Amino acid sequence: MQNVSIEINGKKVSREIEDRTLLSTLLRDILSLTGTHIGCDTSQCGACVVHVDGKSVKSCTLFAADIHGSKVTTIEGLANNGKMHPMQEAFKKLHGLQCGFCTPGMVMSAVDLLKNKKNPSEQEIRDWLEGNICRCTGYQNIVAAVKEAASKM
Amino acid sequence: MASSLIGSRVERKEDKKFLTGKGRYTADINLANQTYAYFVRSPHARATISKVDISKASKAPGVVRILTGDDLAKDKIGGLIAGWKIVSQDGTDMKCPPHPPLANNTVNFVGDHVAIVIAETLDQAKDAAEKVRVDYKVLKAVVNTGDAMNSKPIHDGIDKNLCYDFLLGDKGKTDEAFSKADKVVKLDLVNNRLIPNAMEPRAAIGDYNSSSEELTLYTASQNPHLSRLILSAFNAVHPEHKLRVVSPDVGGGFGSKINAYAEDVVVAWASKKIGKPVKWVAERTESFLSDNHGRDHLTHVELALKNDGKITGIKVDTIANLGAYALVFATVTPTYLYAPLLLGLYDIPTACCNVKTVYTNTAPTDAYRGAGRPEATYVVERIVTEAAKEIGMDQAEFRKKNFINKFPHQQCLIHNIDSGDYNAHLDKALELSDYKNFENRRSQSSAKGKLRGIGFSTYLEACGIAPSAVVMSIGAGVGLWESAEIRFNATGNVSVFTGAHSHGQGHDTTFAQIVSEKLGVPIENIDIMHGDTDKGPFGMGTYGSRSLAVGGTAIVKACDKIVEKGRKVAAQMLEAKPEEVEFKDGEFIVKNSNKKKTIEEIAFACYLPGTYGDIKSPLPEGVEPGLVETSFFDPSNFSFPSGTHICEVEVDQDTGETKVVKYTVVDDFGTIINPMIVEGQVHGGVAQGIGQALYENTHYDESGQLTTASYMDYTMPRADNFPEFKLGFTSTPATSNPLGAKGCGEAGTIAAPPAVMNAVIDAIGEDISMPATSEKVCNALRKNKKSKEAA
Repeated sequence: MQNVSIEINGKKVSREIEDRTLLSTLLRDILSLTGTHIGCDTSQCGACVVHVDGKSVKSCTLFAADIHGSKVTTIEGLANNGKMHPMQEAFKKLHGLQCGFCTPGMVMSAVDLLKNKKNPSEQEIRDWLEGNICRCTGYQNIVAAVKEAASKM
Repeated sequence: MASSLIGSRVERKEDKKFLTGKGRYTADINLANQTYAYFVRSPHARATISKVDISKASKAPGVVRILTGDDLAKDKIGGLIAGWKIVSQDGTDMKCPPHPPLANNTVNFVGDHVAIVIAETLDQAKDAAEKVRVDYKVLKAVVNTGDAMNSKPIHDGIDKNLCYDFLLGDKGKTDEAFSKADKVVKLDLVNNRLIPNAMEPRAAIGDYNSSSEELTLYTASQNPHLSRLILSAFNAVHPEHKLRVVSPDVGGGFGSKINAYAEDVVVAWASKKIGKPVKWVAERTESFLSDNHGRDHLTHVELALKNDGKITGIKVDTIANLGAYALVFATVTPTYLYAPLLLGLYDIPTACCNVKTVYTNTAPTDAYRGAGRPEATYVVERIVTEAAKEIGMDQAEFRKKNFINKFPHQQCLIHNIDSGDYNAHLDKALELSDYKNFENRRSQSSAKGKLRGIGFSTYLEACGIAPSAVVMSIGAGVGLWESAEIRFNATGNVSVFTGAHSHGQGHDTTFAQIVSEKLGVPIENIDIMHGDTDKGPFGMGTYGSRSLAVGGTAIVKACDKIVEKGRKVAAQMLEAKPEEVEFKDGEFIVKNSNKKKTIEEIAFACYLPGTYGDIKSPLPEGVEPGLVETSFFDPSNFSFPSGTHICEVEVDQDTGETKVVKYTVVDDFGTIINPMIVEGQVHGGVAQGIGQALYENTHYDESGQLTTASYMDYTMPRADNFPEFKLGFTSTPATSNPLGAKGCGEAGTIAAPPAVMNAVIDAIGEDISMPATSEKVCNALRKNKKSKEAA
């Protein structure tokens, strides 16, 4: 067991956790932030993507203890005072989600892309999102939403 | 209302919760005093069990209870069921083995359920599960579809592993057509086994309240009402009136969440045994092992032709793999959902189809997006393409020559097709895809060293699965109507309950558009509710592209009843006769006057019927208070969407890598309520269809081990696998429901695989099976090259 302090969505959180506790477990099971989803056990699907110190990571593959002192943003922390982030708005406007399960990871991943690249091409968007699996949308409206968000940010 | 909501791209009402992390899926639910379940599963494809020893595991830290098949049998919990009875051609009923939710003394696939370990934490449950000792005697497994009938039976009393030997059509007439044919084209086809892979893994929580004797099952299901019925009537877990099934937000289904699964039965029953909530969430590998799989057919098809290109008959022999057991829709999927669709949208005078459905030691198969219709469309669109080549006709012209062009059209097998215009969607697709310049594009690809091919798929789908009288006459265990209840609240907003279930389809929005259009209530004042058996009336759930055509129509019918009652009340309030009152855009208006009441005012009046001071009761004599109406809609026929897909691929000659570079779809879905949502359904369906054709494959080794049981081994289509799909629509409204809706959920998955494979084969000049992986394509190119060199 060890004490871990992390800033999550702007709030300092300290918890006594087992060494093997994954960041996704801390978020979902200990802090009840269930917006971060678990879709596989092999770091393939990307439903669990959150930001750690501003970079997108797969939270199912990271020990919570390893990011002691870091700042984490989850899908719950992306909107600002109830106003959705331009990426969230774009997903809604262009029907970039259906069942919603992959959506939190997809949105967090896409937000990180635009941090690195202001106006990505369609191919760059598709390549970047290769680590996020969606079974519903065929990706077309997700790609369109990322382009739309890029134009608004 | 200013403009019609029907046909509007209304943004989805449900999106905000999903986008902000506030969705509530089954795994997100945590209950007080909850325990955690982990299933002990068979590591063998086929074995008998002499003993399940739980003594050591029971003493492991945190263990609450371990339950086995013996406990289940003692409590007389019933087995899982096949919901559709199929009769063999010799008149005998299909044969189904017992399917206990926890194994009695045999296991029949890797992942089959042996015991449930319940502990205070999930890690404790997993640790204890490793200490459960099961004495297996491993038997030789039957794995391959083609071997099943020649192998020893895996289930007692089921000869040749044959569930049924089904025949549809007129064998004599078909043989005659073939004897008179100028040409006969033949193909052997494999429809590869797929794993549906909804992104939300299945999950279930049983929650028993020993005081009220109420049992609640939270489960990721496409049809909670049907699950409740099965759990009470067949599994005898709990009486129906005391059993509540809740399917909250569900992260995709694609057929894999139709069944009442072993885990549903077991956690519900276990919660009763221990008096605490029992929570189970599948890991992805568990989903791979135990979700129902789809497809898995071996088919021989022959097509009879005249020299002018007219098709005169089709003959099909299929072996379909059921896996280890028969599930709810598993037996109808390769029969009535498959065989009639082998005619495609062509005017074929005679046909004969034999389906032998077999058991093997693999995960059970059942309906997967399209269910039978993708398998049929693959057969007919592949053979039609070969036939056009044989005759030497253009693919489009050959199809047009054989299209049905008068409606209604009674096909020679089952369906009576009410409407369609197949030339219209084909012509539009030719234009959208710039077909006339294809050869230029082929040359451009060739200049880059790539092989380019084009593939057509013109499809017909039978969906909105119904009517009850028909489906029950061909073996369905239930009718396939749908329910709706419209509940006007006194303050004028509306709660709508549907028996359909949304797990990505956007019913909260589409159905609200319909209600808003019909009743004139603003869309934000309408809430669509589903997924809780305690809230709305019994309903059949969502599969078979039925929700709008059947469930949406139930909503329309309930709205009509609301208006009729409202008209009587308005007439009383406005001192007119009901027949003098018109309803338009949310207002009841007395003809040729300015006297009117809004529907909200009428709703309020219905809830306050007493006389108050000078105000008389607004309710006419004999009219009950309240404004709530229910409808159960049973359509007169299936609906028949159709369309054209045109696919172009590029193949790298060195690596065999095949990419879809251009994809065009024109669908006729009849009336479209929300084009944005419909386009999304098509995109997703096409992606799954391309997935089957190029990437996805389920592989069991000889001993029956699933070697594709994670995303490391099973290739899911990803964003960089696709070009932008180009979509178009034509419309011939369905006549079997007042909306004119035909259904759009499965079309992409149905039509895409043959379009892609026809394109691949056109590019490489060799017949290969799905999925057209780089390896297979590369080998085919080498073979082709060798045979050319030899010649």
